[in-house]
Amino acid sequence: MPDLSINFAGIKSPNPFWLASAPPTNSGYQVMKAFDAGWGGAVWKTLGVPVVNVSSRYGGVNYRDKRLVGFNNIELISDRPLSDNLREIEEVKKRFPNHAVIASLMVQSQQEWHDIVRQSQDAGADGFELNFGCPHGMCERGMGSAVGQEPKILQMIVEWVMEVAQKPVIVKLTPNISDITEPALAARRGGADAISLINTIQSIVGVDLDKFAPYPIVDGKGTNGGYCGPAVKPIALNMVKNCAQHPDIKLPISGIGGIENWRDAVEHILLGASSVQVCTAAMHFGFGIIREMTSGLEQYMVEKGFNTIDDMVGKALPNVLHWEDLNMKYKVTANINEAKCIGCQLCYTACEDGAHQAIKLNAGTRIPEIIEENCVGCNLCSLVCPVEQCITMEQTDSGTQHLTWKERVEAGTAPTEFEDEKAGGRHHWVPAPSAALSKERHKTLPGKARIINGETEVPAEA
Amino acid sequence: MAEFSTPTTEQEFAENFAQLKPVMNRTEALYESSRCLFCFDAPCIKACPSGIDIPQFIRQINSGNETGAARTIYEANYFGNACGKVCPTEVLCEGACVYNLQEVKPIEIGRLQSYATTKVIKSDKKLFGPGMENGKKVAVIGAGPAGISAACELRLLGYSVDVFEAKAQPSGLTVYGVAPYKITNEETLAEMAYLQAQFGYNTHFNSAITSRAELAELENKYDAIFLGIGLGKTNELRLPGEDKINCTGAVEFIAELRQHQHEVAVGRTVIVLGGGNTAMDAASESSRLGAETVILAYRRAKEEMGAYNFEYDLAKGVGVKGLFNVAPLEITGNGYVAGVKFIRTETKDGKVHEIAGSEFVQPCDMVIKATGQAKQTEFLSLIPYLKLDGKGRIIANPHTGQTSNPKYFASGDAWNGGAEVVNAAAEAKLTARGIHAYLSK
Ligand SMILES: Cc1cc2nc3c(=O)[nH]c(=O)nc-3n(C[C@H](O)[C@H](O)[C@H](O)COP(=O)(O)OP(=O)(O)OC[C@H]3O[C@@H](n4cnc5c(N)ncnc54)[C@H](O)[C@@H]3O)c2cc1C
Ligand SMILES: Cc1cc2nc3c(=O)[nH]c(=O)nc-3n(C[C@H](O)[C@H](O)[C@H](O)COP(=O)(O)O)c2cc1C
Ligand code: SF4
Ligand code: SF4
Ligand code: SF4
Repeated sequence: MPDLSINFAGIKSPNPFWLASAPPTNSGYQVMKAFDAGWGGAVWKTLGVPVVNVSSRYGGVNYRDKRLVGFNNIELISDRPLSDNLREIEEVKKRFPNHAVIASLMVQSQQEWHDIVRQSQDAGADGFELNFGCPHGMCERGMGSAVGQEPKILQMIVEWVMEVAQKPVIVKLTPNISDITEPALAARRGGADAISLINTIQSIVGVDLDKFAPYPIVDGKGTNGGYCGPAVKPIALNMVKNCAQHPDIKLPISGIGGIENWRDAVEHILLGASSVQVCTAAMHFGFGIIREMTSGLEQYMVEKGFNTIDDMVGKALPNVLHWEDLNMKYKVTANINEAKCIGCQLCYTACEDGAHQAIKLNAGTRIPEIIEENCVGCNLCSLVCPVEQCITMEQTDSGTQHLTWKERVEAGTAPTEFEDEKAGGRHHWVPAPSAALSKERHKTLPGKARIINGETEVPAEA
Repeated sequence: MAEFSTPTTEQEFAENFAQLKPVMNRTEALYESSRCLFCFDAPCIKACPSGIDIPQFIRQINSGNETGAARTIYEANYFGNACGKVCPTEVLCEGACVYNLQEVKPIEIGRLQSYATTKVIKSDKKLFGPGMENGKKVAVIGAGPAGISAACELRLLGYSVDVFEAKAQPSGLTVYGVAPYKITNEETLAEMAYLQAQFGYNTHFNSAITSRAELAELENKYDAIFLGIGLGKTNELRLPGEDKINCTGAVEFIAELRQHQHEVAVGRTVIVLGGGNTAMDAASESSRLGAETVILAYRRAKEEMGAYNFEYDLAKGVGVKGLFNVAPLEITGNGYVAGVKFIRTETKDGKVHEIAGSEFVQPCDMVIKATGQAKQTEFLSLIPYLKLDGKGRIIANPHTGQTSNPKYFASGDAWNGGAEVVNAAAEAKLTARGIHAYLSK
């Protein structure tokens, strides 16, 4: 059996799954319940001067029939008195000495930072997470993302904390910044032991079309909130990768953002995270999801022969290059598996209107045909095809040549002028513009549009 | 034991005849519409005789624009709500859905269609209005799917329209023929009221046109006459004993059933003669009315039945038993039906042969003849120059619906010989355009 336990910058935990600092870690009751269910750690709902929240607080992004593809909130940090929280931390640690309890903190002055670090240390917290991420409500008061966006201030506060901290310090980063590595470097300079990312992304998740107000609505008004949930995973993965690859950061990373199942967690880990944190999924489905996460992770490790989490951390990093280092000689071409094709022709219309007019329809069949010379190997058709493994992208180059953009620039074979012969699209076939309005144009339009555009009857098989 | 106990109240009737395609709620419609792939040049559209832009209306439902969805549907088919419930979607749009090829359940297009249209009907949302009056008048004979659809389209084009209907209610066989588990009377009539309120055609019920004199009057008063008269009574079998009590035609039996529901009595053992969809309906209906045994007797083999497979499955599902390769010779009994005398048959080279000496009597106390509807040839003979084909169908121009008497136009069962509601609705739209072209000359 693989060993799921981790030692994250000195914080030990029976598995890499932690609850992120958020409503699921609001109270000792919830954290104990979560540990009992199988979670390895919990970052307590951010402690500080207790706040007052508004009602309502959350907004969601639904995609078709899928609820909460994205989630946003305008909540602040803990609204409970500090002493209540600390007492419960102590109680949890007593019952679960081997689980990780991390105190998330957000205060203003040096004195406050010193006080709160000492007090949570005394309560038994295994580490600290400095919340420099909240993009609403707190930043206007000079905290949260206001700090995360100012590397100098961030570093100064980390230094204050390090003056008193005897347990590992994690700095939680905000993604509301153009280069995530800058605050990460500042955290390192300040002496932090680890970083965690991402916090929520500033967002408006939707607008009420009748009330003309953004969600969530508070007495007819709204404000920007913090975005999270499955939709933000790609942004989080990229930022985790940026921090993991940076030669000067060299800090353990706790990956956060859009983690809902073991796959999401493994992706974060392969890009450099050595613990992962979950919020939205726990808010959506409850603590029970942990069973699927641990069992999936375990199964994956068995199949891949990984014995420890550390074996897999950053495994994908060597394969994430800069664009200029990719092999431009590599070529894939779309291939339709006719036996699987159901004839929806989504690939046709996608390539026709959204890519390179490299798919055509033939009379007597609904199965489209790839025009190989036109196919640039963009993947679009294979992405829209609703049938698993129906359109595959097959390698069509010899596999023996290697040439990158960087090499082309160095060799002087990269296009540099407007009419450059060396450009990629230079001799690439495109239809004449007027063909769009030709007599045959209805054939490239869907359904009724064909009829409106002059075809009285749709031919039996176009 | 009967599959169903005899319904004695409206409530029990509704339970026995529970809707096969109940109207969806918003959640179900959202889930189902989410599955639609929005196919390019979608095969479902091509399979719909009225050419409804199905992916368009499904996308409209999905984005919360039910009103727009209903408009898309009604623009192509004025019986949009009824069609969603009564169309044989298994062999039309849903049968063509690409999901079938993936062995995934096809999109429930019919139910989505009823969902959107029910919404606008219930909220009485105005989608259409009559066009600018053009001063011309058209008489429509028959208030079935063909007649009402023609009336709507003609109003849209600015004609003044009078609809003459023999029966007391509009929608033709939709309310007098289609099985009650497909659509309720209330649903059918709500759509009729909705259409009439928007288009404002005049209806004259209990007003059968039966004589040459009446036709002559219409010819004088109106610029064109639309024939949407459908088919007639059940064909006679010309068998001894056909006049016995409890031997009835399927169309007549079903019309009674639709109007009087649980008040209609059915025998304990019912024999339904025929192998078409109407036979399947009559058999299912007998079972749901509490008959203990329902036997479906057909002259040929099971595979040769004209009925759709799903209709036969439906009948089997409520306990109907098939009796194949038997031809009726006589209805036996003394005043009342007591049985049917059959002879066994076999099919050789496509022809049915009776097997000598194989006669037997199958006892029963009711016989329902589902042996096809007669054409209205007698009535049609009153129209000068009107030509019918060898099967008694009105001959008309396929693009305009104009008959050999230029003043008369036709659509629906009377023209196509008996199809579905959707065919009548689609044809009538085309024919109304044909009338418009003719009168605009
Ligand atoms: C038992 C049965 C079940 C069916 N089930 C289905 C089904 O599930 N789904 C489906 O899509 N289709 C079904 N059909 C077929 C469908 O009902 C018809 O195809 C459709 O109703 C034809 O429409 P129509 O307007 O041409 O004729 P009809 O619906 O027959 O309407 C004709 C109207 O004209 C009136 N009329 C006739 N002569 C005169 C006259 N001289 N003067 C005044 N009025 C007159 C009649 O009273 C009637 O109201 C079924 C048919 C039957 C018989
Ligand atoms: C394949 C692709 C290429 C793009 N190229 C450009 C570009 O050349 N210039 C630009 O301003 N934005 C470009 N964008 C970004 C889009 O214009 C747009 O801002 C972004 O996709 C977000 O909108 P969406 O969610 O509707 O896709 C590109 C997007 C895609 C998917
Ligand atoms: S998208 Fe896939 S299933 Fe649809 S037509 Fe193209 S290849 Fe066939
Ligand atoms: S890979 Fe891109 S260019 Fe090639 S056929 Fe598919 S959509 Fe068209
Ligand atoms: S065929 Fe099916 S999936 Fe495709 S557009 Fe029609 S209903 Fe949607």
